[in-house]
Amino acid sequence: MPFFRKPDSEALWKEEFSIHAADERYVSRRQFTKFLTLASLGMFVGNLWILARSYFTRSAVFPRSMVAGIGEIPVGGVKLFAYPTAADHCILVRTAENEYNAFSQKCTHLSCAVYYEKETNRLACPCHHGYFSAMDGSVLQGPPPRRLPRILLERQGQEFVAIGVKVR
Amino acid sequence: MADRDFSKQRKGLVAMDGAMALIVLLVIVQIWLLSAALEGLLAGHTETALPAAIFSGLLFLCCVALTSFVGRVDRESREE
Repeated sequence: MPFFRKPDSEALWKEEFSIHAADERYVSRRQFTKFLTLASLGMFVGNLWILARSYFTRSAVFPRSMVAGIGEIPVGGVKLFAYPTAADHCILVRTAENEYNAFSQKCTHLSCAVYYEKETNRLACPCHHGYFSAMDGSVLQGPPPRRLPRILLERQGQEFVAIGVKVR
Repeated sequence: MADRDFSKQRKGLVAMDGAMALIVLLVIVQIWLLSAALEGLLAGHTETALPAAIFSGLLFLCCVALTSFVGRVDRESREE
C-alpha cells in the first residue's frame, strides 16, 4: 500500500467502506417476499390472539351499584355515573315517565363521550356526528360500527341499581 | 444458448412477480380477516373468531408455500 495517496484518487473512507448506500437500500424480491410472509404470520398470530380472547375470557362479574333514585331526574333529563369501574362513564336517560335507559357514554367509533339530545330523543356523538337510539342504544346514523353497551338496571325500592353491562 | 437462458430467466422473473402479487393479495385478505374478527370480538360476536383464525392460518400456509417457490425459482435462475 503506497504511503502517499494521489490527490485525484477516491477518498480513503469511500474505498474502505465496502457498503454502498444504494445497495443497502435495495430490497430484493426474496427479501420482500420474506417480509410479506412475516406480515402474514403476524396477521395469523393476531387472529389466534382474538380466538384465545374470545374463548378464555371469563364472563365478567359486575358489581351492584346505586345509580339514581326514582324521580331524581325529570323526564328528558340525564344523570351521569360510572359503572362498573370509575373509569367507565355512563349516562342514564329518562325518556318517558316510567322509562329509564342507561348506556355506556363512550362512542363505539372513537370513544368520544355521547350526550342526550332531548328534541330528537337520541344520543349524539359530537366528534363525528354519530347518533344512537336513546331507547336501545342502536346506531341510527354516522360512523359508529356498533351499538352502545347497555347498562342493565334493576329497580330496588326507590332506587335504580346497575347490575351488569350488555354489549350486544 | 444465451437466448434460451435469457428466456428461462424471464419466465422465472414473471413467475416470481406473479407469486409476489398473490402473496400481497393474501396478506390484504388476512388484514381484512383480522379487522373483521377484532370488530366481532368488540361487538360480542365471538363466533367469528374460529373461522377467521382457521382461514388466516390457511392463508399463511399459502404464503409460506409461495415464498419457498420464489426462493426456489430465484436459486434456480442464479445457478443456470
